[in-house]
Amino acid sequence: MVTAQSKPQSAETEKYNVIGTRPIRHDGVDKVTGAAQYGADLNLPGMLAGRVLRSPHAHARIVSIDTSKAEALDGVLAVITNADFPRASDEVIDTGEGTAQLNWVLDNVIASDKVLYKGHAVAAVAATDHHIAEDAIELIEVEYEVLTPVLDVRDAMVDGSPLLHESLHTGEMDGSKSDNPSNTASHLQFTKGDLDTGFADADVVIEREFETSMAHQGYIEPHNGSAYYRADGTLDIWTSTQGAFVVRDSVAPLLQLSPSQVKVTPMEIGGGFGGKIPVYLEPLAALLSQKTGRPVKLTMNREEVLLATGPTSGTYMRVRMGAKRDGTITAADVHLAFEAGAYPGSPVGAGAMCALAPYDIPNQRIDGYDVVVNKPKTAAYRAPGAPQSEFATESVLNELAEELGLDPLEMRLKNACEEGAQRADGFTYGVIGNVECLQAAQESPHWQSELEGPNRGRGIAQGFWFNIGFESSAYAQVNGDGTVPLVLGSTDIGGTRASLAMQLAETLGISAEDVRPHVVDTNSVGYTQVTGGSRTTFAGGWAAYETAMDIRRQMEERAAQIWECDAADVSYGDDAIIRGPQDEDGNDQQFTFKELAGQLVTSGGHIVGRADVNKTSSGPAFATHIVDVEVDPDTGKVDILRYTAVQDAGTAIHPAYVEGQMQGGVAQGVGMALNEEYYYDESGDLKNASLLDYRMPTALDLPMIETNIVEVPNPGHPYGVRGVGEVPIIPPAPAVRAAIANAIGVHMSELPMSPRAILDATVLDDE
Amino acid sequence: MQAVKYARAGSVEEAVSLLQDGGDGARPLAGGTDVIVQARERTRDIDLFVDIKHIPEVVGISHGDDGSLTIGAATPCYQIYGDETIAANFPILVDSTSLIGGTAIQGRASLGGNLCNSSPAADGIPSLIVLEAQVEIAGPNGRRTVAVEDFCTAPGRNVLESGEFAVSLHFPAPAEGSGARFLRFIPRNEMDIAVTNAATQLRLDGDGNVTWARVSVGAVAPTPLLVSEAADAIVGQPLSEETIAAAAAASSAAAIPITDMRGSIRQRVHLAGVLTERTIRQAAERAA
Repeated sequence: MVTAQSKPQSAETEKYNVIGTRPIRHDGVDKVTGAAQYGADLNLPGMLAGRVLRSPHAHARIVSIDTSKAEALDGVLAVITNADFPRASDEVIDTGEGTAQLNWVLDNVIASDKVLYKGHAVAAVAATDHHIAEDAIELIEVEYEVLTPVLDVRDAMVDGSPLLHESLHTGEMDGSKSDNPSNTASHLQFTKGDLDTGFADADVVIEREFETSMAHQGYIEPHNGSAYYRADGTLDIWTSTQGAFVVRDSVAPLLQLSPSQVKVTPMEIGGGFGGKIPVYLEPLAALLSQKTGRPVKLTMNREEVLLATGPTSGTYMRVRMGAKRDGTITAADVHLAFEAGAYPGSPVGAGAMCALAPYDIPNQRIDGYDVVVNKPKTAAYRAPGAPQSEFATESVLNELAEELGLDPLEMRLKNACEEGAQRADGFTYGVIGNVECLQAAQESPHWQSELEGPNRGRGIAQGFWFNIGFESSAYAQVNGDGTVPLVLGSTDIGGTRASLAMQLAETLGISAEDVRPHVVDTNSVGYTQVTGGSRTTFAGGWAAYETAMDIRRQMEERAAQIWECDAADVSYGDDAIIRGPQDEDGNDQQFTFKELAGQLVTSGGHIVGRADVNKTSSGPAFATHIVDVEVDPDTGKVDILRYTAVQDAGTAIHPAYVEGQMQGGVAQGVGMALNEEYYYDESGDLKNASLLDYRMPTALDLPMIETNIVEVPNPGHPYGVRGVGEVPIIPPAPAVRAAIANAIGVHMSELPMSPRAILDATVLDDE
Repeated sequence: MQAVKYARAGSVEEAVSLLQDGGDGARPLAGGTDVIVQARERTRDIDLFVDIKHIPEVVGISHGDDGSLTIGAATPCYQIYGDETIAANFPILVDSTSLIGGTAIQGRASLGGNLCNSSPAADGIPSLIVLEAQVEIAGPNGRRTVAVEDFCTAPGRNVLESGEFAVSLHFPAPAEGSGARFLRFIPRNEMDIAVTNAATQLRLDGDGNVTWARVSVGAVAPTPLLVSEAADAIVGQPLSEETIAAAAAASSAAAIPITDMRGSIRQRVHLAGVLTERTIRQAAERAA
C-alpha cells in the first residue's frame, strides 16, 4: 500500500488491512496541482457577476430603497431586494446543525424592514461584469432610520433594552412564552440533584465570571454561490457547502420551489468548520438568475465574510463550583448567556449539555440563554457552544484544584465520568474513553517533564463533544478490473473521501487505492446530512460499510449463479476471496474479488451496492490537552512553548487525518484563547474585518503540536469510530488560561487573553 | 477596482510631468503594496498610476566612499536586507525591511513607499528617523531635501505637493561607536501591523558614555515621533537602569496614541516605554 507516512498501525487497528494505515488521500493530486474546482472557479457561458449592497449600520429601519439609478446603468441586468422574494412564512426548517424560521432565514439573506448588523445584505445586482456590479451597488439609494444598536449580551437581556424583533418573546422549555417581547429568544435549564445540598457539602466554593468574544471559523475560501434558473423551472446551484441537501432544502422554500426542482452541486470546499452550512449567496444568485434567465455567480470578499457570515457566539458566563478537600466536586451552578447574533439560534443548548459533561457531579444546574444582538447571525463553529461553556467550567475546576493544592489532572480523574454516568440533560454514557485520555496525558512525556524558567507555566484541560449520526447515503459499483467507484453525499472537508473509502475497502477486503470516492450533486445520491457534528466518518462510515456488505451479498449471489449452487453455500471472506462448495470433481471453487469482478458483465450485469442509513446514536469523544506557555510580562504576549493533545478517536481510520484534525482544532482553540476577537466600536461597526486585524495564529505562532490518539472503540459502530473533528478545539482556551495563571499568577476572565487584556490585568491594572 | 490608467516613467522629469498632468487622481507607483490595495478597496481615489520603479535613479543602492548610503525610493525591501554592506553598517535597516509585510510583500515593497504611505505605524520610518535620513524629492520646481522626521504631517499625509515624489533616501555614515536597533510589538509573530514600534541609534565613546542618541517611536501619535527627551535622558553618561528608565518614561510621556482594534491608549503608552528600553539596550549591544 502507498502510504503518506510509513507508520505502523496501532495495537487497536493491527487486526485490520486498511483501517489504521495512512494512504495518500484520493483528492490529494487535484488539490496539490490546483485542478480541484472550488466555487469561485465556476464559469458558465453567459454568466453574470453579482454583487451585494450591505448595510453601513448595525441597527436601522429601512425607510426606502431606490434602485432606479442602478437599474439604469449600462450592463446591469437585475437588481433585487427582499421585496422581490416570495413572502416567507414562519415555518421552521432544518438548517443543518439546527433549525430556523424560514422568514428569519430570508431576512438574514437579505434584510426586510430592518438591518440588524453592519454588513447585513440590503440589495443585490447582476451585471455583465463585476466592475459594473460594483459601480451599480453604489448607485442604490437606501434611506435608513438609525436605531440604537444592542452590542452586549447582558445589555440585550435588560428590560427596556432596544429590541431587535418586536415579535420575539422568550421561549421556555415547557413551550411557554414571555408576556413581553425580549431580546432573549429562549431559556433552557438542565438540573440534577440539589444545589443547596451540594454546596453545603463543599469545603471550598469558587465563583467566576467570564466574557468571551465572537470568533470566526476563518476558513480561507470565501463564500460563493452560483445559480442557473432554467426556462423549464429547474434551478441549478453550485456552491462551497458542508451540506448540499441543506442548501437545496433552504433555497427551495425561499423561492417557493419544490426541492425536486433544485439541484445543488457541491463544489470543492476550502474550509468550513460549521460556517459553510447556512445559505447566504445562493438564494440571491437564484433569484437574480430567475430575473435574468442567465447564470449568476456571487462571491464574497474577506470583509464580507467577516462582517456578514456566522461566527460563534460571544458570551457572558458565570460558574460556581464547590468541592471537598479531597477534590470531590459536590456541586456546580452554570449560567450561560450566548449571543445569537441578529436572529435566534446560538449554540447555547449544546454548550449547556457539554458544560460539565466530563464530570460526574451529583448536584448541578445549568441555565442557558439564547440572546439576539446587533451582530451577524451566529453559525456552527467546530463543537458549537462547547469551547465557551467548557472554558468557563474547566477554568473554575482548575482554580479549585489550585485552591485545594491538588494536581488538576488527579482531580479530574477523581471526578471523571465513566460508563453509566448520567449528564444533567439526561444522557447516559456507554463505553467512553474519558479516563483513558486523562491517564494517557498523565503518562505523556510532556506531563512527566519539568518546566523551567521565569514567566513560564503549564496548564491542562479536558474537553467533551457528542459526535452525532443521522442520514448518510452511499453507493458503489464494481468495475471489471476490481476497482470500486464510491459515490458519496457528504462533502469532503477533512479527508472524508479517504476515511469512507477506507471503510469500504476494509469491508470488501480490497485496497484503499482500488476505491475511487466521488462527491456528487443532490440528484445523484440519497439524502445526506451536513458534513458537521463530527458525523461523517462515523455515519458516512456506516453507509460505506453497509454498501460494502450489500456488494458482498451480491457477489455471493453472483458466484452462486456461476457455480450453479445455493447462495447460502457461498461465503465472501474478509480476505476478499469468494468461496463456494466443491465442484462435481471435488475441487475447491473460489474467486478472488478481481476475478469475479471481471466476470460480472458476462454473467448477468454490473453490481451496485447501496446504503442509506439514519443513525441516531453517537460516539462521545473526550480529549485532554497540556500546554506550556511563556508570558512576556512587559508586553503581555503569550508564546506557546509546547502542546500535547490527547484524544479518544474510538478507532482512528486514517491516523494522519485524525492527527491533523487534532492539530487543527488546537490551532483554532489557541486562536480563540489568545487573539481572535470581533472588535466593535460603539456604533456596532466591526473594526477588524480583515485577516490582518482578525488575528488567527500563523505557523510562527504555534509549536509542533504533539498528538496522542487513544482508541477506545465505540461499540455503536462497525469499526468503533467516534468522530474526531470537533473536540480538539475545546480544551485549548482553558488550558492556556491555566498555563498563564501558572506562569504569572493571574487568572484571566475573558477571551481572548490578548496582550492588551493581559497588560490590563497586570501592570496596567491599578492605573 | 476602478478602471485606472497606467504610465511608466522613464526619467524623473517624465514622472514629474505625468504626475503634474494627472492632478489629484495621479499617484506614483513603486511596489504598489499599499496603493494598489487602496485603489481596489476604493479607500483612495486613483485614476492614474505613474510607475517610477523603472527610473534608474529611483531604484538601487549606492555606498559612498565616506560610508554614507543612498537607497532609491522604490528599491524593494529584499534588495535592502540582502545587501551585505547595509547588513554590516546599517543593520537597523535590515530590522525594518525584513519585518514589513511578509516575504512576498518584501519582494516589491520599498522604504520610499513605506515613507510616502505615511502610516503612523510604518515599520520603516522610525529607523529612517534615528539614522538621520534625508529624503530627496523631485517636483515641478526641481529638487528639494527634507529630513525624514519632518516628512509626515498626519496619518496618510506628508509634505509632498502636487507633482512631487520621493526619489531617494540618503543616510550619513554611522559614526564610530554607533549602534541602532528597531523593534515592533505585534500580538502574533508575523503578518501584523505594529501596535507600537520604536527605534534607537546611539553612540558610545571608549569609556562607555553615550555621546549621542536618537529615539523614535511609532503608532503612538498621528506621525512617527522623534523623542528628543528620550535621547537627552541617556546622553552624557554611561547607560544605567536609571537613565534607560528615564528614556522609557520620556517616550511614554511623548506618546499621544488612540485606542483602536490594534491597541489601546494605555497599552501603547506603556509599550512606547518598553520598546524604548529594549531598543536602547540592543542598540548599545550593537555599538559595543
